[in-house]
Amino acid sequence: MPPAPTSDWPAVQLHIVTGKGGTGKSTVAAALALALASRGKTVLLCEVEARQGIAQLFDVAPLPYEERRIAHGSGPAGGDVYALPIDPESAMMEYLAMYYRLGRAGKALDRFGVIEFATTIAPGVRDVLLTGKLYETANRNSRNKGARQYDAVVLDAPPTGRITQFLNVSDELAGLAKMGPIKSQSDTVTTLLRSRRTAVHLVTVLEEMPVQETADGVQQLHDAGLPVGGIVVNQVRPQDLDKSARTALLRRKVDPAGVAAALGVARVDDGATLVDSLLEEGHDHAQRRALEDEQRKLVAGIGAPTYELPKLAAGVDLTGLYELAAQLCEQGLA
Amino acid sequence: MTPAHRSARSHPRIGPLVAGTGTEPALDVDALLDEPGQRIIVCCGAGGVGKTTTAAALGLRAAERGRKVVVLTIDPARRLAQAMGIEALDNVPRPVPGVSTGSTTGKPGGSLDAMMLDMKRTFDEVVESQASPEKAAQILANPFYVAVSSSFAGTQEYMAMEKLGQLDQDARRTGRWDLIVVDTPPSRSALDFLDAPERLAGFLDGRFMRLLLAPAKGPARLMTAGFGLVTNALTRIIGAQVLRDMQTFVTAFDTLFGGFRQRAQRTFELLQADGTAFLVVAAPEPDALREAAYFVERLKEERMPLAGLVVNRASRPPEGDLSADRAMAGVERLRAAGETSPAAEMTAGLLRLHADRVRIVERETRLRRSFATSHPDVATAVLPALATDVHDLDGLRTIGDLLGSQC
Repeated sequence: MPPAPTSDWPAVQLHIVTGKGGTGKSTVAAALALALASRGKTVLLCEVEARQGIAQLFDVAPLPYEERRIAHGSGPAGGDVYALPIDPESAMMEYLAMYYRLGRAGKALDRFGVIEFATTIAPGVRDVLLTGKLYETANRNSRNKGARQYDAVVLDAPPTGRITQFLNVSDELAGLAKMGPIKSQSDTVTTLLRSRRTAVHLVTVLEEMPVQETADGVQQLHDAGLPVGGIVVNQVRPQDLDKSARTALLRRKVDPAGVAAALGVARVDDGATLVDSLLEEGHDHAQRRALEDEQRKLVAGIGAPTYELPKLAAGVDLTGLYELAAQLCEQGLA
Repeated sequence: MTPAHRSARSHPRIGPLVAGTGTEPALDVDALLDEPGQRIIVCCGAGGVGKTTTAAALGLRAAERGRKVVVLTIDPARRLAQAMGIEALDNVPRPVPGVSTGSTTGKPGGSLDAMMLDMKRTFDEVVESQASPEKAAQILANPFYVAVSSSFAGTQEYMAMEKLGQLDQDARRTGRWDLIVVDTPPSRSALDFLDAPERLAGFLDGRFMRLLLAPAKGPARLMTAGFGLVTNALTRIIGAQVLRDMQTFVTAFDTLFGGFRQRAQRTFELLQADGTAFLVVAAPEPDALREAAYFVERLKEERMPLAGLVVNRASRPPEGDLSADRAMAGVERLRAAGETSPAAEMTAGLLRLHADRVRIVERETRLRRSFATSHPDVATAVLPALATDVHDLDGLRTIGDLLGSQC
């Protein structure tokens, strides 16, 4: 299938990708960055959980706190993908250097453990620093001389259970800082995060708990006034057998003789045990597909556009990432 | 389909275990649960790998094998919490209904209690137990305390360990429990809960605290050039009001610091004790296994006792030895022969499914092998992916049976 002529999210510059643990949100974020690049955009892919997930996915050495080119979007018009792992300590030092010419005081802050305090203990400050840096990458200003302008920024964000709190920085600080520079900084960030330039995409798999968590997450984002993007259903089982075939398998109404004959033509004639075990595997598959379909209905009921990515049997390597990126272009998430 | 119906359906599907666990020794879960000296089992691992379910299943199995168990869960799925009777978040252990003690192994006397962690309340209780009523009230009302106790990223980890310490003390004092099974928070990193107590203690003891306390404690001593610079910078960045709140909080907290540090230290020692065992939970995915490897190494470093690795959600290997390549070659031949009958279509579909499954199983086996090669002495249990989520005691028993049948 060719790429969809246009993206479903043309106005969005900041793509925030969240998902329950184990659903593959980092993979989807990376694939989305590649997909946007294949549309000719210059893309920055960020992560904030100090896991070096980007380096592992793209099979490069651990990345430092700097914007480094890691991939190129496919196709003749493909743009570049840059990566930036954002950690709160570096973000804070950079912020202080950019906005406060602190000089000796900056070093003293570090020496007195203030940086550590702010980034690990002080509630909310960590998230303000991370989202603040994210804001800066999407809104380059004159203080950051010579910084690259990005058409799109993709964030591999904290998991669904924490995403609203993470993005709702000004609420998180509300009880704490009612005025002052931190407060106005977080208000500026919040304005971007709540605007049409931002979309929060949720990654799920077709299982009860992740789907439930996705529905809850969408509700929380709505309540917080944050813009919900698409739902990416990841790791979907192969769709080889049609409905009538699956029904026959579920009811154990498939004629073994017919399968045995076809296996003869296919010259994988390993006898009756193979027929039985293939039918058993088919039954198992049909059962799981039926359960997936129930969950798919629930996902559709959430009311956000959905996109589906297959489970790659060989696992996700760089080739797999490009494959998933192509699918996201076809379906219009990018 | 009702859940009961579904779980009944899924039973016969569990059948044979996932393909041989390779070179690693099998994890003897029942020996672990039956060992009377085993007082604490900690389940840890990356998010989304089934830690909570594993912890609950272990607790139930231990109870039904005669142990007096309490399970501390952090963030259970709603239906599992309902099934265990712990959806009301009141921060005290409650008996789990429907546990059949004594009937499975003929070892009576077992019991199962469970609770869900309320981190804010746990923190409040620590404050209340350490400070005079007036001082406690003052701390609890401080905006900075409210923020720290409800949203600081490490509070959940710290409070989980705090609660574990409390449960252990209760168990020793009252004899109500002889085994505590703990789930750990879904941290960014599985290691956070190990570091949280140290980090909080380190902070409370740190220079920054002394700096904030300085004005209250006689400024002359610390009124260095650095101090002036820092307070000025802080005022510029976070504003005078936040700084004042922090100072009030720290001043009120000052007398409790010693208590907090000692508690953190005791919890850490408890985790190193002989009666404690860690189970690292993972899924057969690179990220989860990488996290597991990291964790195994860290436990060794900290001299904390590792019982083994539980690999959840493994794909069931197909029977027979038809390879993926042969299956796909068969699909090609069917196509080349121009077969379009429903039986041929069905067969082609089944062969493609088979090939896919074989490849997934091969990949998972490779991932587990590579873990086992670098950590050959880690006893491992491999559990097949179940068709549905577990949300009743029967489901937990099924998991428990699978855990218990690895040897």
